[in-house]
Amino acid sequence: MTELTDPTGPATPAAPVAFPQDRTCPYHPPTGYEPLRDGRALSRVTLFDGREVWLVTAHATARALLADPRLSSDRRRPGFPIPAERFVGVRDRRVALLGMDDPEHQRQRRMMIPSFTVKRATELRPWIQRTVDGLLDAMIAQGPPADLVSAFALPVPSMVICGLLGVPYADHEFFEEQSRRLLRGPRAADSMEARTRLEEYLGALIDDKAKQAEPGDGILDDLVHQQLREGTLDRAELVSLAVIMLVAGHETTANMISLGTFTLLQHPDRLAELRADPALLPAAVEELMRMLSIAEGLARVALEDIEIAGTTIRAGEGVLFSTSVINRDPALYAAPDALDFHRPVRHHVAFGFGIHQCLGQNLARAELEIALESLLARLPGLRLAVPAEEIPFKRGDTIQGMLELPVTW
Amino acid sequence: MHIEIDKDVCIGAGQCALAAPNVFTQDDDGYSTLLPGREDGAGDPMVREAARACPVGAIKLS
Repeated sequence: MTELTDPTGPATPAAPVAFPQDRTCPYHPPTGYEPLRDGRALSRVTLFDGREVWLVTAHATARALLADPRLSSDRRRPGFPIPAERFVGVRDRRVALLGMDDPEHQRQRRMMIPSFTVKRATELRPWIQRTVDGLLDAMIAQGPPADLVSAFALPVPSMVICGLLGVPYADHEFFEEQSRRLLRGPRAADSMEARTRLEEYLGALIDDKAKQAEPGDGILDDLVHQQLREGTLDRAELVSLAVIMLVAGHETTANMISLGTFTLLQHPDRLAELRADPALLPAAVEELMRMLSIAEGLARVALEDIEIAGTTIRAGEGVLFSTSVINRDPALYAAPDALDFHRPVRHHVAFGFGIHQCLGQNLARAELEIALESLLARLPGLRLAVPAEEIPFKRGDTIQGMLELPVTW
Repeated sequence: MHIEIDKDVCIGAGQCALAAPNVFTQDDDGYSTLLPGREDGAGDPMVREAARACPVGAIKLS
């Protein structure tokens, strides 16, 4: 057995750790990652198919590598690490934005950014508040108990992204189901079929929009009537962008609302602190994003040899980033396993880092602040309806969150 | 202080405007820009945080 002598140097544990693993507690990294949490920068880990890739676990190394153009996001490149069997099919598809490298990525991103600025998110707040209020009114009228996932956590971001994109919310059961299969389907064939159905659905919607004389007011309407007509975007690209925005726009935030609420209910002192001082809310949301790190396992492949932290990542090798471990790097965050609304929490990588940092992060912050603040204000007696250990949560190989959240008040 | 924003690099994440809203904003295209009269950072200690928060290192301070 090789012992570590230099904590920043190349790690050689007795046997590579498997990645990803299921969480034991839904708001902590899997206990199986403990060997990776000894201050090392990166390690070899084993994927589902037995392949070994690099896993980055130190914050400074993650920031450097995520901003490094020598790492590619193009899933079609040989060596690109696929963290779960169901995602094997994406090797054959061009995935907009998050599967692109610059300059193609930059061209697509630049079309999107005016719709996702801090200012735009602020302008949307009153409308998000009305959406949240309407859902809480309905949940309260129905009376306890309720499944917070289906009654609140999922419909909030689903309604918001539909309104923003110009997708009819009436179709939400269809696209939520396809998103679930895409991200959590049992097999690659299931995941790919779900993607195809989403592409067909959004393709038809885009064709309808293209026929309208007067554009609607959604982002897809803007893209159809400006970029598509001017030829700066083709139909296939627009459909791919629409799939990404629709799926990423509701799954992630829904998981943060459900898992964030669960985490607060499991930390009654912090919950009481937040109820007593709602001004803590933006810091609380940021800290929950750091602690929960729902998007685990960001993936890249090296285009060239990269010397980092005393190690050489060879060209063609896969590199994954454990956001949950990176966001608990003790070099940056004291007592990293504790939920603390007063710590300097900026610079977490829950939204990623580098050119692919989450396009919707400012919208996500607005949604989370409004959803959590309103939920706590309207339901002062909010509590779990069943013992915490009985509540199912998502497996480790997808975006983390609660499958159900039975609550009462 | 001199603040330089490389708009060819900026991805419009808005992290500068979030960290130091008294100095940085986003223009109509979403790119980082300095607020009028705050081009020198106006002594705001959050300017360094804003530069560090930029995911693509588009903000250079001197």
